[in-house]
Amino acid sequence: MSGKNFRRRFVIAVPNLWLILFFMIPFLVVLKISLSEPRIAIPPYSPLWEWVNGNLKFNINFENYSYMWEDSLYINAYISSIKIALISTLLALLIGYPMAYYIARSPEPRRSILLLLVVLPFWTSFLLRVYAWIGILKTNGILNAVLLWAGIIDEPLIIMQTDVAVYIGIVYTYLPFLILPLYANLVKLDDTLLEASRDLGASRISSFFRITLPLSMPGIIAGSMLVFIPVIGEFVIPTLLGGPDTLMIGKVLWGEYFSNRDWPVASAVAIVMLIIMIIPIMVLRSAQNKGAEI
Amino acid sequence: MKLRFTPIMALLGFLFLYGPIVSLVVYSFNKSKLVTVWGGWSTKWYAELFANEQIISAALLSLKIGVIAASVATVLGTMMAMVLVRFKRVRGKSLMSGMITGPLVMPDVIIGLSLLLLFVAMEALLGWPSGRGLTTILIAHITFCMAFVTVVVQSRLSDMDDAIEEAALDLGASPTRVFFDITLPMITPALISGWLLAFTLSLDDLVISSFVSGPGATTLPMVIFSKVRLGVSPDINALASLIVLVVSIGIIVSALLMRKKR
Amino acid sequence: MSEHILAAETKPWREAAAKPFVRVKNITKKFGDLAAVDDVSLDIYQGELFCLLGGSGCGKSTLLRMLAGFETPTSGSIEIDGQDMTGVAANLRPTNMMFQNYALFPHMNVEKNVAYGLLREGVPKGEAMQRVAKMLDLVKLDGFASRKPHQLSGGQQQRVALARALIKQPKLLLLDEPLGALDKKLREETQFELIRIQEDLGVTFIVVTHDQEEAMTLSTRIGVMDAGKIVQIGEPRQIYETPDSKYVADFIGSVNIFDGEVDVAAPDLMRINTAEGPVVCEPLAGLTARQKLHVAVRPERIKLSRQPVEAANTMRGMVQEVAYMGNLSVYRVQLAGGQFVRVTAANGLHDENPISWDEEVYIGWSAAASTVLTQ
Repeated sequence: MSGKNFRRRFVIAVPNLWLILFFMIPFLVVLKISLSEPRIAIPPYSPLWEWVNGNLKFNINFENYSYMWEDSLYINAYISSIKIALISTLLALLIGYPMAYYIARSPEPRRSILLLLVVLPFWTSFLLRVYAWIGILKTNGILNAVLLWAGIIDEPLIIMQTDVAVYIGIVYTYLPFLILPLYANLVKLDDTLLEASRDLGASRISSFFRITLPLSMPGIIAGSMLVFIPVIGEFVIPTLLGGPDTLMIGKVLWGEYFSNRDWPVASAVAIVMLIIMIIPIMVLRSAQNKGAEI
Repeated sequence: MKLRFTPIMALLGFLFLYGPIVSLVVYSFNKSKLVTVWGGWSTKWYAELFANEQIISAALLSLKIGVIAASVATVLGTMMAMVLVRFKRVRGKSLMSGMITGPLVMPDVIIGLSLLLLFVAMEALLGWPSGRGLTTILIAHITFCMAFVTVVVQSRLSDMDDAIEEAALDLGASPTRVFFDITLPMITPALISGWLLAFTLSLDDLVISSFVSGPGATTLPMVIFSKVRLGVSPDINALASLIVLVVSIGIIVSALLMRKKR
Repeated sequence: MSEHILAAETKPWREAAAKPFVRVKNITKKFGDLAAVDDVSLDIYQGELFCLLGGSGCGKSTLLRMLAGFETPTSGSIEIDGQDMTGVAANLRPTNMMFQNYALFPHMNVEKNVAYGLLREGVPKGEAMQRVAKMLDLVKLDGFASRKPHQLSGGQQQRVALARALIKQPKLLLLDEPLGALDKKLREETQFELIRIQEDLGVTFIVVTHDQEEAMTLSTRIGVMDAGKIVQIGEPRQIYETPDSKYVADFIGSVNIFDGEVDVAAPDLMRINTAEGPVVCEPLAGLTARQKLHVAVRPERIKLSRQPVEAANTMRGMVQEVAYMGNLSVYRVQLAGGQFVRVTAANGLHDENPISWDEEVYIGWSAAASTVLTQ
């Protein structure tokens, strides 16, 4: 009997210990370093405690946080990140919902093929797909070439290195993340509910807004959170497609670590980011509990 | 009215999804480096790509990391999925479930920074990991990939009829036997998709690798990123086209295999 | 036919000294606050084909699963063949289960499915395959050894499930709604197959079902369950003819129930006053005057005629509905006081003027046909 118990404990312990060590504890380390000061040392921050002149000294200070609070760059970056994430999520929803709906209502084999088509880009490199937009959106890129040639515009559009390019890039790369959970929800919707609604006199549009839309809420929420939460911390897209005034907190964090070599501030930035994301994460968890599938 | 609106929106959506990919492939054959000038069909960028040692060795490293990370992540992720779905009377299941959701939504910069800081602290305390490179990238990738594997396997396990596993128990098989004889064969498709998902995520990762990597361990995304920061580079187009080709073949093959099974 | 002592013939439950094979003592299973099985005690004898009968939610499946070892009782004990099995894990019990949806291993063929249990016991492969072949013969599936479950019909899958469970020669075979997925004709054939196999092998069967016809056909004894409790145990005839309660009477077959109170309760005469008039029953002890109770009368025990009927109990009514079922007809008669009564009568060969709607008729039945139900 103890053999069986050991095996069971082993299976429970191994993945959980791994996650605790390599996922949870790192957050504690980040927290600790966010409370230290930068030092010319290896590693480049003050330790939590050290012996100074024979006395034990604790180095905990909130300098990094007050520094962030005072410099408007950080606050603006947070606000800008949330704003960009919100707008991108909405745009993705506007484009993705009809797509998910159409696929869910399609008969086989069309449905499987369409799903395959939605998923295929996801399996190709994220980085390369963002790169593709550089060639399209830049001033002497494909889009401008086509529009100029067709006579639709006289001067090339400046899209590259603006917020617009970032929106396009985000919606483009995150679209499958929104479509898939939404599709999973819509495909389970009982057709007979809509039939009942029509039978009772509601129009198609009315049936959609009163029956389908509310019932697809868990899918909408799950899909939206899978876009909103990671986009807040996005780095690649604003770096490749955005400009110097595209403020996103992911860029800021990267810069603090790689350019400024300021580990404590980078950590503080990360901690605040985590705090901001707690609420949307809780929203996602509650949608998951209500049966939304990722 | 919905009948006409949705198909049009869907069509536009798919055009939006595939347009850039098509442009990547087309321009990989453009002799001219400029996008506005069509210099004629040429495969010279493919030749340049294969002659580029930096890219080739980075690609090999990424593949190596991908295979190892995906395999370990599949094992760990499956264990977690079993615990969450099949094990009864486990305390703290909702905490575990929350923990496994984390890597799914956490921004890469946070995962990358936090893991780097952990490795540095561990090195200072224990002497391991000594320096950053292949090992640290592997650990990082396994960590976030296993979450995805768990989701995939979990979904398959909860759809499965557990009466079949009960039948095996009833016939005298020990729980371990039941897992290897019955459960494993039945979740194999999920294991394969999980592995492929983990492999793709690992291969594609830029941010986390950048944080936790070290001298001598440059992955393919890191090389690509440094190149494209400077602008369009057709040999990257060639690389992209090759990847699209491989992925498309893979997906078509797997779709045909699934068709055959039915 | 069978070298085993047939419990169906010896009826061990009628003897006080007989030792039960399965002893369930005060078993309770709670899910949260809800008791799915509520303080159930039951003795089952070797070689019986015992049916647990009841509607959905009555607890029969939970009780079966506790016998198999898939649920642990909240309190109480289970003894099989003299050994306490209460805490024993499912894979270590001498019981085997035939699942409702068969639970065949989809990635193994019929032969491997049936052999699985033997191989887990450590039986050498060669011997196991021989026994598999014999078992497949017994369930009439020889030739199907290399087929996969999805290539079999429902009836064939069911026989594989049965073979797989029986080949281990368990002390106790548990069957969860074994005939539920089959169509009517197949169900009837399979019912007799099950009985034949059970008598051939002498294994004790416990069957869970909601189908009372099935229970009546298969069982040596039936245990009727309602809301987690056993409300009556008995041989099929007893349950049918002398139900303990209105619930059981109503559950098994169709029945007419008259509500009333005791008028006369003497050793030689028993009369109940009902809304439709007095009803005479077989004398029953232990009743008080004006005690409220029910009288149950089976439809086939009632005679129907255009002429007055000679019987201990007679009433008049109007035929409201007639359902012609081929071998018999079912009449719905409304009596003077408004109550509806169901009467079934076999159809004669040349019934030239059958009774039809809106006809006034007389009905009658004997005192023996009136069953008194105190609950």
